[in-house]
Amino acid sequence: MFVEILFYAFAAVLLVSGLTVITSRNPVYSALSLVLCFVTSAALWLLIEAEFLAIVLVLVYVGAVMVLFLFVVMMLNVNVERVRSGFTRHVWLGVLVTLLVIGEIVGVVVARQLGVDPTRGGVPLAPGYSNTTELGVALFTRFAYPIELAAMLLLVAIVAAIALTMRKRRGLRVQDISAQVAVRASERIRIVKMDAERPQ
Amino acid sequence: MNPSLLLAIPLLPLLAAVIAGLFGKLIGRAMAAGLTILGVAASCFLACTVLRDLLIGGVEPFNGTVYQWLATDGVTLQVGFLVDKLTALMMVVVTFVSLCVHVYTIGYMHDDAGFQRFFSYISLFTFSMLMLVMANNFMQLFFGWEAVGVVSYLLIGFWYTRPSAIFANLKAFLVNRVGDFGFLLGIAGVLYFTGSLNYDAAFAAAPSIAGKTITLFGGHPWSAMTVICICLFIGAMGKSAQVPLHVWLPDSMEGPTPISALIHAATMVTAGIFMVARMSPLFEYSDTALSFVLVIGATTALFMGFLGIVNNDIKRVVAYSTLSQLGYMTVALGVSAYKVAIFHLMTHAFFKALLFLAAGAVIVAMHHEQDMRKMGGLRKRMPVTYWTSLIGALALIGTPFFSGFYSKDALIEAVGESHRAGAGYAYFCVMAGVFVTALYTFRQIFMVFFGKERMDHHAAEHFHDVGWNMKAPLVALAIPSLLIGYLTIGPLLFGDYFGGAIFVRESNDVVGEMGAEFSGPVAFALHALTSLPFALASLGVISAWYLFLQNPAAADRIAGVLAPVRRVLDNKYYFDWFNENVIARCSRLLGGALWRGGDRALIDGILVDGSAKSVGRAALLVRVVQSGYLYSYAFWMITGLVILVGLFLYRL
Amino acid sequence: MITLGHMLTLSALLFALSVAGIFINRKNVLLLLMCLELLLLAVNFNFVAFSRYLGQIDGQVFVFFILTVAAAESAIGLAILVVLFRERRSINVEELNKLRG
Repeated sequence: MFVEILFYAFAAVLLVSGLTVITSRNPVYSALSLVLCFVTSAALWLLIEAEFLAIVLVLVYVGAVMVLFLFVVMMLNVNVERVRSGFTRHVWLGVLVTLLVIGEIVGVVVARQLGVDPTRGGVPLAPGYSNTTELGVALFTRFAYPIELAAMLLLVAIVAAIALTMRKRRGLRVQDISAQVAVRASERIRIVKMDAERPQ
Repeated sequence: MNPSLLLAIPLLPLLAAVIAGLFGKLIGRAMAAGLTILGVAASCFLACTVLRDLLIGGVEPFNGTVYQWLATDGVTLQVGFLVDKLTALMMVVVTFVSLCVHVYTIGYMHDDAGFQRFFSYISLFTFSMLMLVMANNFMQLFFGWEAVGVVSYLLIGFWYTRPSAIFANLKAFLVNRVGDFGFLLGIAGVLYFTGSLNYDAAFAAAPSIAGKTITLFGGHPWSAMTVICICLFIGAMGKSAQVPLHVWLPDSMEGPTPISALIHAATMVTAGIFMVARMSPLFEYSDTALSFVLVIGATTALFMGFLGIVNNDIKRVVAYSTLSQLGYMTVALGVSAYKVAIFHLMTHAFFKALLFLAAGAVIVAMHHEQDMRKMGGLRKRMPVTYWTSLIGALALIGTPFFSGFYSKDALIEAVGESHRAGAGYAYFCVMAGVFVTALYTFRQIFMVFFGKERMDHHAAEHFHDVGWNMKAPLVALAIPSLLIGYLTIGPLLFGDYFGGAIFVRESNDVVGEMGAEFSGPVAFALHALTSLPFALASLGVISAWYLFLQNPAAADRIAGVLAPVRRVLDNKYYFDWFNENVIARCSRLLGGALWRGGDRALIDGILVDGSAKSVGRAALLVRVVQSGYLYSYAFWMITGLVILVGLFLYRL
Repeated sequence: MITLGHMLTLSALLFALSVAGIFINRKNVLLLLMCLELLLLAVNFNFVAFSRYLGQIDGQVFVFFILTVAAAESAIGLAILVVLFRERRSINVEELNKLRG
C-alpha cells in the first residue's frame, strides 16, 4: 500500500513536471523541470527494483546531460518571447495527436493483450539478488560486443562534438609539432654563392 | 555406307567455298576456280559412288546421326543424313549440274571482277543444297532451305551496283520469307504432334496424326495433317515459285546466267518438289492438302506458260518456262505421283540447265544483249549452241524419245488417271500447257537462231562464238537431256527404284496403275505418237513457225485483236502491281500507323516520356511537402508513426 | 503492489505528453531536444517495466544502450545547435529552412 502511494505521488510529480517541460515559457525552467522528471523517474525505477539503471539515470542524465542542456540554454540566451509566438496556434494539433497516441498505446496494451497480464506485479526476487551483478553479467557476457560498439559510439560522439564546436581563432601563437618534427636541414639553410666584394 | 564419306560430300564444296571466298585475292583467279571445281568434282564422284553402291552394291540406305548439336526437353537437334535412292539421285543431279555450271562459269565470268567471289558462292550453294537433300531431320532441312535462300539472295544481287539486281534479290528474299514462315509453321506442327524432328519418328506417327484435329480461326476444327501439309507446302510454294509466290523467279534473272541455270532452274527451285516428295508419308494422309497442291501446280503450269509467249528477254522466257515446268512437277505431286515428279525434276534439271547455259552462251556471244528482237540467224554462227539448244527445246516440249517426253507424258497420264478433286482442271491445264510450252519454246528458238540477223552493225562486227569451256558443259548436259528419260523411266517409275523412300497409299497409286500398261520405253514413245499431247506439241511448233518466222504480221494481228489479254500478260497478271500497291502499301501504312500509334505515342509518349513526366508531376506535388522546416519533418515522422501503429493495431 | 498496468499507463501518458510537446514547441530546437529526451524516458519506462515483469534482464540492457545512444545524441545535437547559433545568431526553427533544395 505504501509502495502504491509512493508510486502515485512520484507519478504525479513526473507528469506535472513533464507538463512544465513542454509548456514553460522559459527554456531554463523547462530544463530544470526535465531534471525533476529524471529524478522522479529514477525514484520510480527504484520502486520496481531496477536500482542500477535508476542510479545511472541520475548520474548520466541529471549529472551530465542536463547540465549540458542548461549550459547551452544559458549560453545561447534565446529570445524567449519570439520563440514562443504561435504557441497557442498548435495546441489543438498537439492535443489531438496526444489523444491519438494515448488511444493507440492503450489499444496496443489492452486490445492486443500481448500475452501478459497487466494486473500482475513484478517477479519476486530471491534474497541476496543483486540487480547490478545481474546486469553486469549480462553486459559483459552476452552483450560484450554491443557494449564495445556503444563505447565506440560514445567516443565518436565526443570527437564529433568537439570537432563541431571547436573554432580556430586567428592570430594565436601555437606550436605545430608535426611541422617541427618534419623539418630537414637542407630546407632550412640556403647556401648562396657570390663573388667576394671589395670593401670600399 | 561410311558416314565420314557421306560427310565429305557436302563438306568438300564448303571447304573450297571458304578458301575461295576468304583467300580469293591471295590465291588468284585460276586457283580459286580450280579449287572449287576440284571440290565439286570430288563430291560429284563420291555422290556417284554412293548411287552405285545403292543400285548395284546392294547397300542398305544410310540413316543416322553424324553430330548431335543439342538435346532439350526430349527434342534433339542434330546433323544427320538420310541417304536412300531418292537422296542419292538428287545428290548426283545437284553435283553434276553444279560441276557443269562451275566449268561453264570460267568462260562466262572470265572478265568479271568478282570472279573468286562467284566461285565461292556457287560452291557454298552446292554445300547448302546437299545439306538440304541429305537431311534426315526437319532441323537440318530447314538449315539447308535457308542456306540456299541466302546464297540465292547473294547471287541474284551478285552485280550489286545495279539497282535492279538489288531490288530483285530483296524481292526474292522477302517472297521466300513468306513461304518460309509457312514452312516453319509446318515444322512446328510436326514437332507439336510427334514430339520429334526426325523424319523416322514423324513418318511413323503420320497415321496417328491423320485422325487428329486442330482448332484454328474461330473454333472450327481442322484436320491436323491438312494444316501441317498445307503449311509445309506454302514453304515449297516460296522456294519452288508457285503462284502466287512466284513473282521473285523472273526477277532473279538479274543474276549471272550460270546461277539462273544452277539455282533458279535445276536445283534450288526444285527443293520444294523434293521436300514434298520426301514428305510423301505425311501428304498421303491429307487429300485436301494434295488437292490444294494440285490446283496450285496446275495454275502455275498453264498461266506462267502464257507469260513466256509475250516476253522478249531470252532469259526470262526460260524463266517462265521454268515456272511452268515447276507447276507440272507440283501437279504430279498433287496426284500422288511423287515418282513422276522426281523423274520430271531430274530430266528438267538437265534440259533446263542446258537451255539456260545455251541462252547464256548466246548472251555472251552477243556482248550481254538479252533482247531476242535483236538476235536471229545465229544458227550458222554458233552451231554447237544451236544444236544443244535444239535438243533442250525438243526435250522441253516433250518430243518422243527425248528425256522430257518420258517424264511429261507420264505426268500427264498420271493426272488423267487420278480421281482426286481438281484433277479435271489440272488435266486441262497440263494438256493446254503442252501447246503453250511448244509455242514459247520454239518462238525462242526461231527468234534466236532462225530468220535474218537483226543485230546492229556494231554487234555483228564484235560477234564471237564462245570458247570450249562453255561449249563442253552444253554437250555434257545435252547427252542426259537426250537419253536419261529413255534409260531411267522403267526402273524409276515402274520398277522398285525408290523402295521405301516414297510412300503412296494403295488407293492413290496412279503410277502403279500406269505400270500395268507399261511395256518398255520404246512402246511408250511409239504409243505417244498417236496421242493428244504429241499432236498439241506439234501444233505448237507449227504455230510458232508460222507466227514468228513465216508470217510475223499474223502474230501482230493476233496481238492487236487480243490487246486486253496482251496487256494482262505484259503486266504478268498484275501480281507485281498488286504486291507493290496493295500488300506493300498496306504494310507500310500499317507499319506507319504502328510507328506513330504504338511506338511514338504509346511507348515513347506514354511509357517512356510519360513515366518520366508523371514522376516529374508527382515530384511537383511532393515538393510542397519538402518545406525545409525541421518541425514539419518531425510532424510527418510522428504522423507516420501514428499511422503505422494504427495499422499494426487494427491489422489493416 | 505496482502492477504492469501502472507502469504502462504512466509510460503512455509520458509518451503522449512528449509527443504533444514536440507539436507545441516546434519552433524551438532546444525544447524539441528536451522533448525527445522525455520521449526516450517514456520508452525506457516500458523496457524496465517489461523486464521486471517478465523476469528477464535483457530489457534493462536495452535501456542501458538507449541511455548511451541518447547521451551521444544530445551531445552531438547540442554541439550542432551551438554551431548553428554561432552561424545564424538564432535557433528559431522557422528561419532554418536551408534543407529545402
